Formats: sequence, structure tokens, C-alpha cells
Amino acid sequence: MVKKTKSLSLNFGPQHPAAHGVLRLILELDGELVEKADPHIGLLHRGTEKLIEQKTYTQALPYFDRLDYVAPMNQEHAFALAAEKLLNVEVPIRAKYIRVIFCEIGRILSHILNVTTQALDVGALTPSLWGFEERETLMTFYERASGSRLHANYFRTGGVHKDIPMKLVEDIEKFCKSFPKIIDDLEGLLTDNRIFKQRNVEIGIVSKQEALDHSFSGVMLRGSGIPWDLRRSQPYEIYKDLAFKIPIGKNGDCYDRYLCRIEEMRESVKIILQCIERLPKGPVISIDNKISPPNRDDIKQSMEALIHHFKLFTEGYRVPKGDVYTAVEAPKGEFGVYLISDGSNKPYRCKIRAPGFSHLQAMDYLIRGHMLADVPAVLGSLDIVFGEVDR
Amino acid sequence: MILQLQKIEKLINSELSSKIKNSSIKNNELIIEIAESDLVDTVQFLKSNESCKFKQLIDIAGVDYPENEKRFELVYLFLSHEHNLRIKVLIKFEINQQINSLTKIFPSANWMEREVFDMYGIKFKNHPDLRRILTDYGFKGHPLRKDFPLTGFNEVRYSEKEKKVIYEPVKLEQNYRNFDFESPWEGTNYIKEIKNLEKDGKKN
Repeated sequence: MVKKTKSLSLNFGPQHPAAHGVLRLILELDGELVEKADPHIGLLHRGTEKLIEQKTYTQALPYFDRLDYVAPMNQEHAFALAAEKLLNVEVPIRAKYIRVIFCEIGRILSHILNVTTQALDVGALTPSLWGFEERETLMTFYERASGSRLHANYFRTGGVHKDIPMKLVEDIEKFCKSFPKIIDDLEGLLTDNRIFKQRNVEIGIVSKQEALDHSFSGVMLRGSGIPWDLRRSQPYEIYKDLAFKIPIGKNGDCYDRYLCRIEEMRESVKIILQCIERLPKGPVISIDNKISPPNRDDIKQSMEALIHHFKLFTEGYRVPKGDVYTAVEAPKGEFGVYLISDGSNKPYRCKIRAPGFSHLQAMDYLIRGHMLADVPAVLGSLDIVFGEVDR
Repeated sequence: MILQLQKIEKLINSELSSKIKNSSIKNNELIIEIAESDLVDTVQFLKSNESCKFKQLIDIAGVDYPENEKRFELVYLFLSHEHNLRIKVLIKFEINQQINSLTKIFPSANWMEREVFDMYGIKFKNHPDLRRILTDYGFKGHPLRKDFPLTGFNEVRYSEKEKKVIYEPVKLEQNYRNFDFESPWEGTNYIKEIKNLEKDGKKN
């Protein structure tokens, strides 16, 4: 006689330390096996897209910091590129280098957080303590360039807000020289760690086909063996002049994704060093005063500069009619902005394509048939940040 | 890249000539407009054709034009890894029309369509699970429609009296300052002031 058992539904989150924020996951369990997972999102929904429709282009930019708040500048980048494409502005070469430096810093910021918290979820405490120390250093770089550690608001249409001092460049270089040692240390703790491997190897396997069907991007795609990186395939800024490798996974499990992230951090360090070596001199923001504010000294001297300043900070600039989609390779995957302009000073529609949204959607398919204890491991390797999923 | 796009545009126009209403390349991006009833066939073609292979659905963006007869637009963004190309598919339709779901062709369309439903109230035929996704449980209205006010209708707070979180109509302590740059001489009307005027019958 077969005994029939009733499945148990379990509420995972929204206040669970391994839920990476405010995820509410409703799990249907048969014993310890997960039969179904239904993620409820939107607990951090702030209506970013609606708010952006009411703001001028300059005012809309800070909202992007608040999406994926562990790598703020990468998001700003996508929006700045979209506005630049519509306006057809030329970005000065120095600004491009500075942007790339800070985007790669963002990538390291995000990957440190993800790798170490993934380790924390499966039971290793030390990596996060070591990793956060490095994050602190990186965030001081953010602060020294933009004035704030997290919500930088540093990229502008046509360049970046302010030039960076020479001393900061030197310090970033020093960091890049010392950081690979820290990655080695982290790897020493995790890569061959028996427990870490038991919890991650062959967990949450994604095949190539499924990665495409579920709109995966970034590490989720590369972990499954698809060589696709927007920095290489659809290069923006100066990425096509830089030498870097794109790590690819083989098995598409949580462990491969972890390895990809570790390797990507090493590549980011190389990219930053190359940029610092070549960093040219010159302006950091477009000199077209219809788009970028004039310099402070000029405002005191020139009537025209004063008018420009006033117009830019009240009305803002008008963007020609049209629609564009620009995407950047954010640490979590393809972060895109689909911008529609009606010719006024505010975006008519700004759709934000967040990589985490598609990744979390696949949670149900990824976790089916796994044990309850694998839920945090899979969730950790998806690299979910609710700022961008909920928008 | 632009050459490749032109080739694709030509191919699509010749293969699907009856379905394509309009196609153009602007800002280095190819956009095609089709009737909403042809959506599934067109997408199927784009996914399977040898020289298209748009195997990934990147996003679905809804747009609201309240003044148009066909009020809503949906823009489907596709990416082809093999040919390194992107394409946008545009459909326009009226407020009560139902759109065919793409979940059969792209599983990832599931949440994207749920989001469009949540934000615009557009309904999808054959969608397995059309629920709200981003807004609150029991939310009313569709926030990204242009006629939905930015401040919304309800706000929540914790009530000390009832010992629970309660919903109340929005009370603005200060007006939301929305500067109208299109007509600088008339200034802006504020919701709160209009309400006060109605109440007092005099200017405040």
C-alpha cells in the first residue's frame, strides 16, 4: 500500500537572511524535496520607471544608483549611453576611460559581495569578513570621485561629473596591485573547500538551451558555456581597445558560476590597470554647454554661461524624438535601458531591463527536485539584488 | 552592423511581406511594426529562421499614448547571439484588446507579460498565470498608465490604535512640485491647491 503524503507549503522570507533582501518564496515541499517555488517579488517596488517619467534627464540619473545598489555606476552608464545615443553627443576620451575604471570597480564590488555572501549562505563566515574590507576600500574610491560611497550620481550625459585627482588614480593602482592576493586568499578558503564544493557542485545546473530560453545574461549565461559578453560582442566606450579574457563555465552549476565570478574579478583588475596606464589628459565632460553645465569660473564672468547654467538646472536639456535601447554588461548580466523621448526635457518612457528579473523568474525551474538546503545556494549563485528586480 | 541590419530588414520584408506594416532603421536599431494578430507567427519566424535566430527575448516594454486611438504599444526586444543583432517588434492596439502570450515560445515572457499586465492592465491570451507581480497584494489601478497620478491613491502607515498597517487615501503635506516647462507663463496647477479652492471657495 502506498502511503499518500500531503505536500507542505513553506514561506521562505521576506525576512530571511539568505533571501538576499526582500524575496518572499513560497515553496511546496515533499519532505525535503522542493516541488514548486513561487517567488513573490515587488516588496521593494518604488516605481522608478514612473518617477523617471516626471523628471528631467539629469534628475533621472540618480534613480539608477538605487537599482542595483551594490554596483551603482554600471547602471548609470546604461542610462547615460541611451541619452547620448539620442542626443548624438561625443564623450571625451578621458571620460570614457574614467567610466570604464569605475564600471570595473563596480563589477569587483558586486562580485565580492556575491561570492562572499554565497559562501555565507552555505556556511562559511570568514570570506565575507575579508571581502567587506576590500569593498570598503573600493567604496572610498567611489567617495573620492563622486562624494558618496553608494549613490554616486557621477556619470552624466556627455561624460562624468568631475575629474578625478591624480592621487586617486595612484591609490586605485596600488589597490589593483594588492587585490589579486586577496582573491587568492578568498579562493584558498573556498575553491577547494570540501563543504563549499559539496553545497555547490552540480547544484542548479542550467543547460545552454535553457539559459537562452530563460533570457539569462552575464555570468548565468557564461557559466553554462555560452561565450557572450557585451563588452566584447557589442563593445561600448573603449572596451574594444582593451585586452581581457572572458571566463566561461563548463557545467553550468553554482560552482562554475562562482569560478566565473572569481576569474572576472581578476580580469577587471587587469582592465583597470590598462586604463590607468593609458589614462589620457583632457576634458571629462562634453564641452557643449547645451548639455553639460559650464564651469564655475565662467558663470561669474560670462552672461552666456550663466544662462546656460540656469537653463540646464531648471528646464534641463531637450532630447530629440526617438527610441533607443542601450545595454551594458553590468556585473549581474545585461542591464538595458529602453528610452523613448517625445522631444521634451523628460523621458516619455524609460523601461529598465534588469538582469536579475529574468534570473529570479527561473528560480522555479532551477530549484525543482532539489533539497530545501539547496535553495540558498541556488539563490546565492543567481546574484539577486532586489533594488533592480523590483525597480 | 548596419549592413547586416539592412539585410535582415530586406529578408523579413520579403518573407513576411503581408505582415509587416512598417520597418525602419533608426539610431542603428531595426524596428518592425506588425499587427497584433500576427505576433506569434512573426516571433516564431524570427526565432527559427536561419539568418535571424533571435533566440532570446530581452524585454517587453509597454507604452501608453492616451491621445491615440490605438492607445497602447508593446515593444518586444530580441537578441540574436549567433548573428550579434538586435531587433525590436512593435504592436499597437486598443485598450480592450487581448494580446497573444509568448510564453509558449519564450518561457521568460511569463514574468515580463505579468509586469505589463500589472503596469498597464493589458491582458494576455493563453498566459498560464496572469497575476500582478510588482505592486502590492490587492492593489487597484495600473500605475504606469499616463492617467495614473504619480502620488497614487492610497498610502500605508502603521496605526498605533489598530496595531496594524492600514491603508488611507493619500494626504499630501506639501504639494508635489511639477514644473511645467511647456507653458512657462501660466505656471503650474497644484492638486492640493485645487482641492483647497474647492473646499473653501476662496483663494489661499
